[in-house]
Amino acid sequence: MSTAAVAEKVKSVNGKLNLRWPHYLLIVGGLLILLSLVRVVDDANDVTSSGTVGAMLRLAVPILLAGLGGLWSERSGVINIGLEGMMILGTWTGAWAGYQWGPWVGVLAGIIGGMLGGLLHAVATVTFGVDHIISGVAINILGLGLTQFLAGLIFDTGEAKALGGGPRQSPPIDPIKTLTLPVLSGGKIGSWQSPDWLGSLEKHHWFLVSDLAGIVRGVTAGMSLLTLVAILLIPATYLVLWKTAFGLRIRSCGEDPYAAESLGVPVYRMKYLAVMISGGLAGLAGAFLVTVAAPLYQDGQTGGRGYIGLAAMIFGNWRPVGLAAGSLLFGYTDAMNARGGGDSVHALLLFVTVILIAVAGYQLSRTPKLRSSIQTDLDRRVLRNTYIGVVLGVVAAGGLLVWYLSTDAVPGELVSFFPHVTTLLVLALASQRLRMPAADGLRYRRGEAR
Amino acid sequence: MTDPTDPTGNEPKDAPEEAPKAPAETSKAPPPDTPEPIPAWKAMLQGLGPRGLAFKIGAPLLALLISILIAALLMRLSGADPVSSIQSMIDYGTTQSSLVDIVNRATRYYLSAVAVAIGFRMALLNIGVDGQYRLAAMLSAALGGALTLPAPFGQLLVIVSAMLIGGLWAAIAGILKVTRGVSEVLSTIMLNAIATGVIAYLLNDKRLADVRPGSNNVATPKIPSEGRVGPLNGFLSSIGINLPGDVYGLLPLAIVVGIVFWVVINFTRFGFDMKVSGMSPTAAQASGVSAKRMIVITMILSGAVAGLIGMPELLGASYEYSLNFPAGLGFTGITVALLGRNHPFGIALAALLFAFLDQSSDVLQDVGVPKEIVGVMQGVVVLTVAIVYELVRRWEIRLQQRSVATELASGHDLAKEAAA
Repeated sequence: MSTAAVAEKVKSVNGKLNLRWPHYLLIVGGLLILLSLVRVVDDANDVTSSGTVGAMLRLAVPILLAGLGGLWSERSGVINIGLEGMMILGTWTGAWAGYQWGPWVGVLAGIIGGMLGGLLHAVATVTFGVDHIISGVAINILGLGLTQFLAGLIFDTGEAKALGGGPRQSPPIDPIKTLTLPVLSGGKIGSWQSPDWLGSLEKHHWFLVSDLAGIVRGVTAGMSLLTLVAILLIPATYLVLWKTAFGLRIRSCGEDPYAAESLGVPVYRMKYLAVMISGGLAGLAGAFLVTVAAPLYQDGQTGGRGYIGLAAMIFGNWRPVGLAAGSLLFGYTDAMNARGGGDSVHALLLFVTVILIAVAGYQLSRTPKLRSSIQTDLDRRVLRNTYIGVVLGVVAAGGLLVWYLSTDAVPGELVSFFPHVTTLLVLALASQRLRMPAADGLRYRRGEAR
Repeated sequence: MTDPTDPTGNEPKDAPEEAPKAPAETSKAPPPDTPEPIPAWKAMLQGLGPRGLAFKIGAPLLALLISILIAALLMRLSGADPVSSIQSMIDYGTTQSSLVDIVNRATRYYLSAVAVAIGFRMALLNIGVDGQYRLAAMLSAALGGALTLPAPFGQLLVIVSAMLIGGLWAAIAGILKVTRGVSEVLSTIMLNAIATGVIAYLLNDKRLADVRPGSNNVATPKIPSEGRVGPLNGFLSSIGINLPGDVYGLLPLAIVVGIVFWVVINFTRFGFDMKVSGMSPTAAQASGVSAKRMIVITMILSGAVAGLIGMPELLGASYEYSLNFPAGLGFTGITVALLGRNHPFGIALAALLFAFLDQSSDVLQDVGVPKEIVGVMQGVVVLTVAIVYELVRRWEIRLQQRSVATELASGHDLAKEAAA
């Protein structure tokens, strides 16, 4: 028997799901069909419209960038809850440079602003061994206080005030160029306005076809150049962290800094670099907010997206692709909120109900197999927990169904925390399958015993 | 993200406690080449005197000094004279009407910081204090406004229900942590946002609240006069303190909470269990304490105290939960708890200090300094406090190592001494 076959057998004995990319494709396809069905049933056409998808992308990018920042930092073993503060610093520096010298300088300044926050975090956690979470909380308070202070000082006087600044906002910033695909999504070739085939297809509201058209059009119409840069950062992060010696060194610091040090990796320097890159990505997320998402800096603009980015990273199991999927999910829920989607969320209630029932059914179908293989108390507990999960799932699905049937729309105030409930649910369901870097969050001092 | 090392800057207990007792013993039986006696200040630092007291007070003071310096630098940059600005802050902050505001603010900060500190005691960071107290205040205000009960029962009902709601809201995070392994930091952040949404939903004239005529404020019905707590001024003037404003009648509640916290943490088995489960869940498990149970209980207690944060204001001043109800106290509580080193007395000092800064920063507007500079100071304080504690801990360990080294070098023969 070959080793691969043995490994396969061991995996099947463990009884865990062994998913590969065809499975993922099937799951995504199934969810899409279900979404389309729900849209038709509830007549909520905004669920998969190109507007929603475009908003999803726009709202997912800051979360994605913050999550990538968290990924770099945590892969090197430093928990970075200060992402939010670094992002806030990025919004201010980005706006400050952006209104004076154009959006791309603003983007650069945003990155630098975030990096300064990252440097502070690195000094506190790596050099001084401060608890990572305390340092992060401090940076969040500091970032908020500093930007409010500086906004009051600089945006509220002289030239900036004349251009429309104030104590809580900056003067407007020129927009970054957007791209629209010609012919398919109605982009321009030279000065010729090409047809918008996907747009017309979308307007028919056909089952599945219009949904696909809406999604593709949402991604290909009016995409900002900075969004493109952010998307390219996903493969870039993967390649650097997983395919280069530098990335291997950074990850080794997150898994076992003592072993890394013994092999000659400069652990402190690696951590410093990783945390500064992390801050730079968070700063870029801030700069994205002030140049693409809105044309100016506003107080409280980040709205906790740094934290959600961190949650997206945990959802993605400390990996770039999972993180991207997580940020799209949060971006989608955020888009529902931003577009005042009481009707769309109402349709999604049905969507979630069906998924809950499907998961409960799957768990129930597993129980005979589990029961036949009971040998220890642990197995018994697993079986019991499975039953509890099934019951909870069915109860929740029933509750949602009643809610769905008894109302027409979900109130706007409740839509506002839709992303956060999703985060909480996803964390609660996924946390146990995850594995964070082994030395994540631990204090490391050169020359000290473990 | 459970870090077995204590992240909160509690007393550095991991340093060996009884290492340096040398000088006292060497004087008893002087060998022929007695080393020079260690100077008194050094001996005190090394553990003969009230060990570490100098550190405990010195470290926060140093951190405070650094943050004042940074604030002065920022004032300089913004074109104001730091010395005169700080002078006018102090002048404004010590007027009688300011003092009343400071004490009232400090009461809120104190309760909030105690709620955070309970979590810190077992290495739980309850960022959710903010959502817990707002939700508790809002729901209990609605309850208090809807019912009219004779004197002590109305107040008790509101207070107990606030504690229950705060505790239950915090329990969600605790249960998610022990059953599903969700970090309490993330779950409480999400619960804060959810609480904000729930409050926005309920604080609506179609639901639990009314629109106040003549303004666009929305508020829960006023608590009837039987259910209120009068100001403390009557008592204060009877002991000779006359103040121009109303001091919260529930100020003694905050003091009681502080004392109970101190006693439970330091003198009960429960407090010990809590600390052990925070420092090392495996050690707790081995001695028969369920660390998981302790996590849930601690979160509930923290949330229950968080529920109290809004009570002095609700029962003593506003009598309703409106859009103007003080917000963001939970985050200040984290800062105050860190600065006060999770000690009830230290927290009280830190709460007073922060209340003073908040109150007196109003005057900075006059000299052209944005009052948000206080936020900068708070952030800097947290960071420098954490760094200074760490430096002091390292220095202490080095001092101890050195004293052991000098002892060994002086030819101390422990075996011979034991035999004699």
